[in-house]
Amino acid sequence: MTVRSRRPGSAARRSRPVLAPEAALVPLAPPSCGEPPTSLPPPAPTLAPIDTPGADLLARGLRAAGRRLRRAIDPEFDRQYERILEQLDVRAYDPFGFNVGYARSVLHVAAWMYRRYFRCRVEGIDRVPPGRALLVANHSGQIPIDGMMIATAMLLDHNPPRLVRSMIEKWAATLPAISTFFARCGQVVGLPENCRLLLEREELILVFPEGTRGISKTIDRAYQLEEFGSGFARLALENRAPIVPVAVVGAEEQYPSVANLKTIADLLGAPALPVSPLFLLGPLGLLPLPTRYHIAFGDPIWLEGEVDEEDERVTEHVHRVRSAVQHLLRRTLEQRKGIFR
Amino acid sequence: MSGAARSGAERAPATRGERAAPEPSVVLTGVCGRLGRLLLRVLHREGRVVGIDRREFPDAPPDLVHYRLDLRRKACRDVFRREPVRAVVHLGVMHDPRLPAETRHAWNVEGFGRVLGYVAAHRIPKLVLLSSAAVYGARPGNPQFLSEDAPLLASSRLSEIRDLVELDMLAQTFFWRAPECETVILRPAFIAGRVHNEIYSYFRLPLTPRLLGFDPMMQFLHEDDVVSALRLALRPGLRGIFNLGGPGVLPLSQVIERVGRPSLPVIHPLARRLLDSLWRLGLTDFPGREVDYLRYVCMVDDRRARTELGWAPRRSLDETIRAIRDAVTT
Repeated sequence: MTVRSRRPGSAARRSRPVLAPEAALVPLAPPSCGEPPTSLPPPAPTLAPIDTPGADLLARGLRAAGRRLRRAIDPEFDRQYERILEQLDVRAYDPFGFNVGYARSVLHVAAWMYRRYFRCRVEGIDRVPPGRALLVANHSGQIPIDGMMIATAMLLDHNPPRLVRSMIEKWAATLPAISTFFARCGQVVGLPENCRLLLEREELILVFPEGTRGISKTIDRAYQLEEFGSGFARLALENRAPIVPVAVVGAEEQYPSVANLKTIADLLGAPALPVSPLFLLGPLGLLPLPTRYHIAFGDPIWLEGEVDEEDERVTEHVHRVRSAVQHLLRRTLEQRKGIFR
Repeated sequence: MSGAARSGAERAPATRGERAAPEPSVVLTGVCGRLGRLLLRVLHREGRVVGIDRREFPDAPPDLVHYRLDLRRKACRDVFRREPVRAVVHLGVMHDPRLPAETRHAWNVEGFGRVLGYVAAHRIPKLVLLSSAAVYGARPGNPQFLSEDAPLLASSRLSEIRDLVELDMLAQTFFWRAPECETVILRPAFIAGRVHNEIYSYFRLPLTPRLLGFDPMMQFLHEDDVVSALRLALRPGLRGIFNLGGPGVLPLSQVIERVGRPSLPVIHPLARRLLDSLWRLGLTDFPGREVDYLRYVCMVDDRRARTELGWAPRRSLDETIRAIRDAVTT
């Protein structure tokens, strides 16, 4: 089934008649499951009302932008999302640093990008099973807008809305503002311990097994999958979590990179430093091109095997998932009529 | 003229009858510190407690047998020779960042080494060390919640904590050096209360520095909850390493706000130098090297303590933060 995001109001209203608000955002209200009580403390209660949850420049900027943008985006979505959020404590933080108030400001911007800027088309989002799962996607586009768009799709076009936890690069944790931004939006440093804990909480995790190799590809290698890391497969086996292959088409062209200055990147301690001819346009060139995003979700894959499987067997699982993503990617590419259409 | 004769005599009860009918006692090193006193308050109702500390204990309860001794002195041996001991709780770790590093290091490591020696020699069945969750170090690659098996990497960047890491390691070697002794290592998160620790010095700064763009999640633990964990650790049959998290997690910015301190955002490359120069001028007690804890997460997973130790923080997050506020404002 294809969800046309251009007209979300009609489709969403029909497909989502009743929304249980307490089950809306999974991490704050995990579905009942027979797991032992974890030590993780519940969202912290607050002493006094606090207006600026992030107390951060970036947050304030986003809030201001969000207020302006919410008029531009679909009012139907806004009302829908507000209804969900009203049920939750806007000031509370979850153990990973996610804050609903902050995330709402970001979502205003993200939703505008999703609906208007990148005009995302989503396919097969109903295939994401309830409970714990790993979304495994191709990574592209120099900056991780693809992750943001997948997360936005899961909040706006999935029923019930679900928070996606992306496994982010360790390097991002060393960056000021960006590290806080990721944490407040519910994103988590990509470590097996974190992933395990989230899967135990029945959460939805987004993995880009290509890592920085994928995102920093130059344009001549667009839509060629890099090698996959194998960590995600082990975690899926260990925690009996299904894997949903995801293909993102359109992100490759948002920043057509012609070179990756590896030496300078190493000096800066960054994983990659892309060069785009658009940078010649000055500040305007920093904006991504408004390509149309196509996000396709495949059928979930349940890996079967033992927890401490040999590397060879795990590699087979990884190949299976990789070819599923590859297949989905090719199909979505073939269906696409043009970069901007 | 042994130290033992001189020591303790003044504080020990007039009747030395304990020697005739000895009730096994709990030895508290560093009993004069804040946590020592709090633990003493709980333990001395339950049985005999012997305190060892270099410091005076002017208002000690009458049933405490206090030896005013340096742990490294030979006289300490006499304490263990004389007393039947059922457990040793080691709280006597010197933290004062103002002391020269060599002195402090020698005192801490040598002192604890001696304690371990006595525990082994006298076959004392229980040893409890109060370490800290800070020994894991605040690093960008930390998982959100560190388990007890995580490596102790704090000293790679922060030499102040080297003592504690070494003590923790020494206690870990004791698991196999003296397998008949039940060794317990507790690693609590930042302790809130009237304990003079890094958090206390941090919030005592005239302006509380924050790193611009960084706001790590943090765990705090009320001093009463540390004491309850220490008491539980004395239960026979229990051994191992236990992280002690806390009642909840909060981002640093929220903690500062709730403690009610004015905060000062500083760019992180400058923060360390700024704090170090303030420290060198003697204006603060917060060494600049600790800024890593304001930048990256260093939180612990305390599921093991909750299941095996049967521990859970009694104080709520609000009460815990209030304890910091009360301590720094008075």
